Amino acid sequence: MPLGEEYPETREGNDVRLTGMLSFEKRRERVAWLFAGPATLLLIATLILPSLTIFIFALTDWQFGQSAVRFVGLANFVEYFSDPQSRQTLINTLVYVAVTVTGSVVLSLSVAVLIESLPFGRTFFRAVYFLPVVSTFVAMATVWELILHPTMGLLNISLRFVGLAGYDWLHDRSTVMPTLCLIGIWEMLGFNMVLFLAGLKAIPRDYYEAAEIDGASSAWSRFWTVTWPLLGPTTLFVVVISAIRAFRVFESVAVLTRGDPGGASDVLLYSIYKEGFGFLRIGYASAITVIFLLTLLVLTLVQVRFADKKVHY
Amino acid sequence: MAARRRQLAHLRSFTILTLGAVIMLAPYVVMLSTSLKSQEQLFAATFQLIPSPLHWKENFSRALLEVPLGRFMLNGVVVCAGILVVQVLTAVPCAYVLAKIDFRGRETLFAIVLAALLIPHQVTAIPVYVVLASGNLLDTFLALIAPFSTSAFAIFLFRQFFRGIPDDLVNAARVDGMSEWTIVWRVIMPLAYPAITAFSIFSIVAHWNDLFWPMVVVTTPEMSTPPLGVLFFRDQESGGSQGALMAGTVIITAPLILAFLFAQKKFIDGLTMTGLKG
Repeated sequence: MPLGEEYPETREGNDVRLTGMLSFEKRRERVAWLFAGPATLLLIATLILPSLTIFIFALTDWQFGQSAVRFVGLANFVEYFSDPQSRQTLINTLVYVAVTVTGSVVLSLSVAVLIESLPFGRTFFRAVYFLPVVSTFVAMATVWELILHPTMGLLNISLRFVGLAGYDWLHDRSTVMPTLCLIGIWEMLGFNMVLFLAGLKAIPRDYYEAAEIDGASSAWSRFWTVTWPLLGPTTLFVVVISAIRAFRVFESVAVLTRGDPGGASDVLLYSIYKEGFGFLRIGYASAITVIFLLTLLVLTLVQVRFADKKVHY
Repeated sequence: MAARRRQLAHLRSFTILTLGAVIMLAPYVVMLSTSLKSQEQLFAATFQLIPSPLHWKENFSRALLEVPLGRFMLNGVVVCAGILVVQVLTAVPCAYVLAKIDFRGRETLFAIVLAALLIPHQVTAIPVYVVLASGNLLDTFLALIAPFSTSAFAIFLFRQFFRGIPDDLVNAARVDGMSEWTIVWRVIMPLAYPAITAFSIFSIVAHWNDLFWPMVVVTTPEMSTPPLGVLFFRDQESGGSQGALMAGTVIITAPLILAFLFAQKKFIDGLTMTGLKG
């Protein structure tokens, strides 16, 4: 193998000639690791190692405070999927994702198209719809609690005013999830609207004029012939981003229902909180975290694919 | 004819958007209105937007004096500022290295950043909690700040931005004899102002409003951040004064909402540019 034998010689030759360069390069390498070191170590310590640890914890029956820890294999996962109450948390989370994503995407697209069509007042409406995004959600959730109060809440007072019977929205099995979903849509709508507004800005005005000349006389038909097809990549992107956000639903449940009544509004992240930090069942909570992480990773990978598509578009 | 049709379309858009805006703003109206009411006025048979007599003085003074609301706000400021400062200090040099220095191991470093980018913080909660609890560090500022001490997202964002800064500029500074450290803070930082602002808004909004992590590590009201403070307040006031609770929520939501109204475009850019992180 002449090539293989030749290689070290050539390299050595280079070494001699480039000694000055190499020490410069070495110094640069040292600077690089010095600069990147703190961030790298912190990333590994706060994110990467802990998330790997989760996979080990998930295979144990560790209860925080107890010294005896047994390896139980997949027993935690079996427990999670065989208990209807726990399975319900995954189902609730997925229902929440499906409803809030559909609702907030349809509504935010409509709002964005309407705002874009206005001759003035765009900044005002954009601010109004975006307001929940910057509002401390926990504080706003306590306001929603007041609005939804069965006797003195504004919602039931209004319903009574028009002669309808109200509900105990947050404590009734049949209304609790829809109510949380509506609050979620209220919270997410503004964020999605801004992404759609950016997408709409990228569509050239002439396309609409061309469509109008071609016979798309109503705003409705122009929407379906121009806006919708050209907004396709943005829409996919918004759907996936909202799904990732919605999948992390925690605060509305923690503040408004604590998973009640009887687990009817329990979601993944809240059950991780309850099992892990309430009952200190580290092993079991870790198993739920693994389920949470893997589902999110799938969504994130889909997002990355769409994000790439968006760039190439 | 066409102009008239256009006007009608505008009118229709305005009407629909205004109706939607009423629903979007309803919670804010209820919050403000309730913060002016006594408990008796709250139970009045009809909803009064502006009650008479006004009880805002009682409510706001109760919110500020009976619960350590000022303390919650101060905690929030300390935590947000602490997190942001450490994040910028660690992320900027790392991003600079990734963008402007060619060295062995750069690919590995970038792979670590990308991997970290995929991990949501909630996933790390249990192991981080175990470590903090074993070290008796729960209920401290360290516990509230340390887990967020660097941000993969900040590194990623800054790297993208720094790559747009011409290499010639950096090389010229090197020729002038500037050290790499000086280049980062004196040459790159001033140019990266838009990216830093955007990330700062994202970080502050996220951590001021975060409930999950404070709920995990905070055990006493004294260490509560604003969202957790609202919960303490609510549980204390259950059946008590809703007016005072709403006065408290007004005080806690006001800083970010006012900042948003003053710098709308910066907020929207910051939050949506970084919205990729979700």
